[in-house]
Amino acid sequence: MERALFYIIALIMVLYAIKAVTSRKMLRSVVYLLFVLTGIAGIYFMVDYTFMAAVQLAVYAGGVIVLIIFSVLLVHHIELRLDVSKLSQRVMAGVVSILGLVLTLYAIHTYDFVPSAAQQPIEVSQIGRGMLSFEDGGFILPFEVISVLLVAVMIGAIVIAKGKKLEQ
Amino acid sequence: MDFSYTALIPLIPLAVFLLLGMNYTRIKPAVSGWIGSLGLLVTLLLSYYTAYQYFFVVGKVGEVYQTFTEHWRWMTFTDTLYIDMGVMIDQISVMMLVVVSTISFMVHLYSRGYMKGDGGYTKFFAFLSLFTFSMMGLVLAVNLFQIYIFWELVGVSSFLLIGYYYTKPSAVSAAKKAFIVTRFADLGFLIGILIIGYYGGSFDFVTLVDPEGSAIANWASTSFMGLSVITWGLILIFMGGAGKSAMFPLHIWLPDAMEGPTPVSALIHAATMVVAGVYLVARLFPMYYFVESGYALNLVAWVGAFSALFAAVIALTQNDIKRVLAYSTMSQIGYMMLALGVSGYEGHDGLGYMSSMFHLFTHAMFKGLLFLAAGSIIHAVHSNYLKDMGSLRKYMPVTHITFLIAALSISGFPGFAGFFSKDEILVAAYEHNPFIYLIGLLVAGMTAFYMFRIYFGIFWGEDRKYEHTPHESPVSMTFPLVFLAAMSILTGYIPFSSLVTADHMPFEAHLNYPLAGLAVGVGLIGIGLAYLLYKKPSDLPERVSKGFGNLYTWAYHKFYFDELYLFITKEIIFKRISAPFAWFDRNVVDGTMNLIGNSTVAGSKGIRKLQSGRLQDYAFAFIAGAVILAMLFIYNWII
Amino acid sequence: MIEGISIYEILTLTSILFFIGVYGFLTRKNLITMLLSIELILNASAINFVVINTYLYPENLQGVYFSVFMVAIAAAETALAVAIIINLYKLITSVEVKDTEIMKY
Repeated sequence: MERALFYIIALIMVLYAIKAVTSRKMLRSVVYLLFVLTGIAGIYFMVDYTFMAAVQLAVYAGGVIVLIIFSVLLVHHIELRLDVSKLSQRVMAGVVSILGLVLTLYAIHTYDFVPSAAQQPIEVSQIGRGMLSFEDGGFILPFEVISVLLVAVMIGAIVIAKGKKLEQ
Repeated sequence: MDFSYTALIPLIPLAVFLLLGMNYTRIKPAVSGWIGSLGLLVTLLLSYYTAYQYFFVVGKVGEVYQTFTEHWRWMTFTDTLYIDMGVMIDQISVMMLVVVSTISFMVHLYSRGYMKGDGGYTKFFAFLSLFTFSMMGLVLAVNLFQIYIFWELVGVSSFLLIGYYYTKPSAVSAAKKAFIVTRFADLGFLIGILIIGYYGGSFDFVTLVDPEGSAIANWASTSFMGLSVITWGLILIFMGGAGKSAMFPLHIWLPDAMEGPTPVSALIHAATMVVAGVYLVARLFPMYYFVESGYALNLVAWVGAFSALFAAVIALTQNDIKRVLAYSTMSQIGYMMLALGVSGYEGHDGLGYMSSMFHLFTHAMFKGLLFLAAGSIIHAVHSNYLKDMGSLRKYMPVTHITFLIAALSISGFPGFAGFFSKDEILVAAYEHNPFIYLIGLLVAGMTAFYMFRIYFGIFWGEDRKYEHTPHESPVSMTFPLVFLAAMSILTGYIPFSSLVTADHMPFEAHLNYPLAGLAVGVGLIGIGLAYLLYKKPSDLPERVSKGFGNLYTWAYHKFYFDELYLFITKEIIFKRISAPFAWFDRNVVDGTMNLIGNSTVAGSKGIRKLQSGRLQDYAFAFIAGAVILAMLFIYNWII
Repeated sequence: MIEGISIYEILTLTSILFFIGVYGFLTRKNLITMLLSIELILNASAINFVVINTYLYPENLQGVYFSVFMVAIAAAETALAVAIIINLYKLITSVEVKDTEIMKY
């Protein structure tokens, strides 16, 4: 049962991903990406990582995609068909991508992954506690660094968005 | 006996040259004239002192004059391969020191007056000193390399001095012609040096000319096309000498070299540089005599004889007095080569050698005088041509008398120096080859004729009315004339045969009265003919020249040799040989270089596209690079 | 851990998504669509972290933390990128890549 579900989700994701990168209409690419992100949230659900799935849907599907749609609407004539790049460029990119893909798959499939027997569900409280602990396995430092990063991003976004008016 | 102080003799003019050359703009002209002349005076005194020391104080050791050499190691390649510089003091080098320093000093004094007012006065004296340095170095050379180096230096000095009036195109092309023709001859010289050095085993003169030495004794060891290799080397060396001495067929530069100032012609193209070829053959004379029974020496004799005749015939027809004197020089040098060619080695057989050197000595005096006097005349009349001159004896007495003395000397009038030296040459020729003797006799007659042709044409002839009355030259110019005139008489009485000989041992030379009488008679006939034709203005000369018809025209045009050479070089060498080579050089060699350059540029243009500024290109390169590197090095999938 | 699915299949899926994102990044001519491709790449690698964590090392949670950080960073980066794109649009009235190619010198 999960197998079938997984394969359907996988197929949808791949299909819409390809359509996202090849679509000639901007808004459609964004929407296809939305579908891919939703599929990813589905995968998270399937590995019992519900927290992340929720975060994915909220942040990505709700925030990032909306942001991008706003920018698309601001800068773009929605009806305009996008240009495609030259065939040579597409071929070269395709070759490189496929080559890389082959390499990666080869690397993956020749490695002997040993799945662990013990399985625990992932508790949010566990995540929270781990994020703030400074014993072994604690991630307090990256947590604080991320907060600094977010402050920087906020300031940067404000400065950029304000533009030249800041000087006057 | 330490003769190393003779190294100063070339070095003093070199110092003067450097001094004048480097302070060219800062020295006032009069001062540079004094500096140049003073330097030469010191050199002169040193040369005379050396001659006195060599001939009288050291003298002979058991009837033989010794050769003294001083060597300084210049370049060392290996233990056995090295090049020395040095001084070689023997009979002919000491004699040449005296000749060169005397004539050079006289020319310096003369130039102080002649070149006055000229813009490049200091430059002129600098070049004169450069030339004197080069000539002294050549004369004192101790091996073939050193003589070649100074040979080329002399050529350069000649180029600089002929082209002194560098704004005149004819002077510039004359300088180029002189340099190129002598350079071409020097190619043969260089090849000859290399052959002699390799097969003879040494470049050193003392080793080479030793009759029992390996160079001469083993001349037959290697052969090439029927002649010994050493003979070929000697012939090629003679080619170099023939170029510098304006022997046929490399004579074309000498008449054109008259474009230079007259003191230059006197110094270089009459007395010193052009005899360098004769000096070279004399220096290597034992080799020329002994190798292959004198094959090369025979060639020297015939080239000399032919050149003498050829030049005399052309000199009969020329109207520019400097050109007549130039061809006369060529003819007299032909005499000197001829004398060397018919010479033997031992004792009285070496009469040709002795007379050649004797004639070199006396010729320097009277030819130098003739050129300086011609300079005086040209200065007074402002023209080189006979048609603008006449009756100058009334206006320029000193020049007149000195010119007459020199003309009598060169014609072999009894009592004057030329008589003694020319007579010895004819005796030597008679004793060895009667045919050459006849040529020499004929040339003697022609010499007298053309010399007195211009004498009468200048000083007698038409009673011309001049616009600017010609005046006698100042004392600075007439003193050298008088001195050289005295020399033209007195040097005949030097007992040369006890001083300069082929085998370094003195011998007795006697006057051969029948032959002398014959020579004098022929000379007097020449003088008489010139008197009849030219003393009073008449149309007799034109009728005579028309009588000769085509022969006269050919002689007047120097037998069209200039045109012939121009044709050969332009049509044949330039078009057929040089042009393909030039094409090859421009297209293939340059093309290859350009190809390398252009392909680099094209490559860089292509590579420049990598830095396109486009983010996607950079990302592509990054990912592709990572993938390929991973494939190659991590997984060893060789593509 | 998903019943019946081995880790290989999930990793294959994420690799495919990743390289589709790479292809899209190299091929697209519009700044915003390039941004979308970057999102694809980031998300594919986030799944990778989580999956390896849950399949191979369930007692640690490092992959989980990493994915949280990645989401945070990706969101921040997207916000900034959109701000820049809008500013650029104000400057050159275009969001094509070819108009941003002029190198400084």
